Amino acid sequence: MPEPTGVIHDIGYQRYTGPRLGRRAVFGALYLHGLRTAFGLGRSAKAKIFPWLVVAIVSVVAAGITAVRSQVGETVMTYAQFADNMSWLVIFFVAVVAPELVSRDLRSGVLPLYFSRPLPRSDYPLAKLLALATALWLLLGGPQLLMFLGAAFTLGDGMRGVWNELLDLLPGLLYAGLWAVVFASVGLLVASLTGKRAFAAGGVVAVFLMTTPVVGTLSIMPSRTVNELAFLASPSTLVQGVGDWALGDLLPEGQGGILIGDFGPVYAVAAVLLVAGCVALLMLRYRKVAAR
Amino acid sequence: MTLIATESLTKTYGGGVTALADLTVAVEPGIIGLVGANGAGKSTLIKILLGLLAPTSGRVRVLGLDPTTDAAQVRTRVGYMPEHDALPPDLSAAELVTHLGRISGLPRTVARERASEALRHVGLYEERYRPVGGYSTGMKQRVKLAQALVHDPDLLLLDEPTNGLDPAGRDAMLALVHRIGTEFGISVLVCSHLLGEVERICDTLVAIDGGRLLRADHISAMTSATDVLAVEVSEGTDELAARLAALDLPVRRDGRLLLVELVDDATYDLILGAVAELDLPLHRLDQRRHRVAELFATREPSHA
Repeated sequence: MPEPTGVIHDIGYQRYTGPRLGRRAVFGALYLHGLRTAFGLGRSAKAKIFPWLVVAIVSVVAAGITAVRSQVGETVMTYAQFADNMSWLVIFFVAVVAPELVSRDLRSGVLPLYFSRPLPRSDYPLAKLLALATALWLLLGGPQLLMFLGAAFTLGDGMRGVWNELLDLLPGLLYAGLWAVVFASVGLLVASLTGKRAFAAGGVVAVFLMTTPVVGTLSIMPSRTVNELAFLASPSTLVQGVGDWALGDLLPEGQGGILIGDFGPVYAVAAVLLVAGCVALLMLRYRKVAAR
Repeated sequence: MTLIATESLTKTYGGGVTALADLTVAVEPGIIGLVGANGAGKSTLIKILLGLLAPTSGRVRVLGLDPTTDAAQVRTRVGYMPEHDALPPDLSAAELVTHLGRISGLPRTVARERASEALRHVGLYEERYRPVGGYSTGMKQRVKLAQALVHDPDLLLLDEPTNGLDPAGRDAMLALVHRIGTEFGISVLVCSHLLGEVERICDTLVAIDGGRLLRADHISAMTSATDVLAVEVSEGTDELAARLAALDLPVRRDGRLLLVELVDDATYDLILGAVAELDLPLHRLDQRRHRVAELFATREPSHA
């Protein structure tokens, strides 16, 4: 008689004696979870709508630019200009995703479950920050890559053309990285202050958009120095100022462009200080939250 | 090995509020009940044990480790179930527990397997794939317990695990905790403000009040020779009390009940004899475990 197969035994509780991974692996798990959350992966269908709508818009714009360039031969936007022009979409993306990453955890009270585990308390906000920055960079860099592929293989200049195009793309990707880091650190800090997602989203939009009138006011003051430093007042124009200084002709000024005079290095330092300040405040914030 | 040991542990918060005052206690592995009223310092003690709060003064050791310096090592071996709501509503229990298993350092596939196992052990099966937001309070408590269990800790810290549960749910949760402490071989520290609950399942009881230690001992030492018989008669309670006192039985009044210390089986006969002689309508006569509450209440004059 054959042995009965497929019998389910209740083997009771099993102790675990296998490996326990270190800080790096835990950080990686939290980072990947954050990145997936940013695009609504592993979440409800409702959570996917907005991120993928934004992804669709930037992709369509990139495809349009590529099509115009390969058919008409006219460059509508450089890679860096593309990042600039998409910045308002990035703001909305941050306003939706940053609360999703941190406010939700604050509200549901899940943080004690994280901080009672062998996770250094600074790793939680850092992993979330890195995840948001990566998501923003992919959002801007992905379409740039699409534009590059389209341009490199339709212009027909051979390897030379591909190489030149690549030299244009790389600064564009770096510039996208700057957008990503600045917007992620400011957005995450604002979102980490409240557990209410609507408030957090409003706060993020307010910080990015309400500072624009300040720039406008300062830039019509009767002083050239004040005018040229005016763009420090808003994160978006600050990034554009750094781009203008560092990228030069890759970011040609359109009408209403950023005229920063010789203050380029000031903008670069200001951007670094802004990011550093936001990260420091984020750490302080979570030092307090973890002890609750 | 001593499971948890504190020495003159004191925690004073910024506003001058003393949460723990000179607490010295040592407990052996097993199921430990930590009881005290709200605000007695239970949650503060748990946070210090987890290394989330630094004590103002004094020493503390958990599983032989110092949580103030080796917090990460302590937390690898400890599971914590917080008192309050701690579950994001839109994740399923399976996803959440798997994710938290990975945060505890489990490799990906192991985390998934152990999450299913932990959820099965707490009694969640198919529903574990549904979003937590739709769960009942009882199911949420089970998920919170499962996430504390997923990384196979050596010690579980449960903060008010029966909070918000109905009587049946409380019994089920207590049975589960008892099973974890006995069959799984994991030590458990159960916090509660309800003494009657934890005394049913724990082997050691630590009672704190206002941050001070009231008493810490094996439950057997606290309850031995303190079983009592509760007698209730529909009328003539006073006469019966007098008669029993005349028979040299120590009698106490507790509302409509007469509590008689149970010395041996002869006590039953004496009581029944007295009731029969007085011809009183006996309502009930049952043995109850002397509630530990009475041990702590002896300072109050009404019980003297």
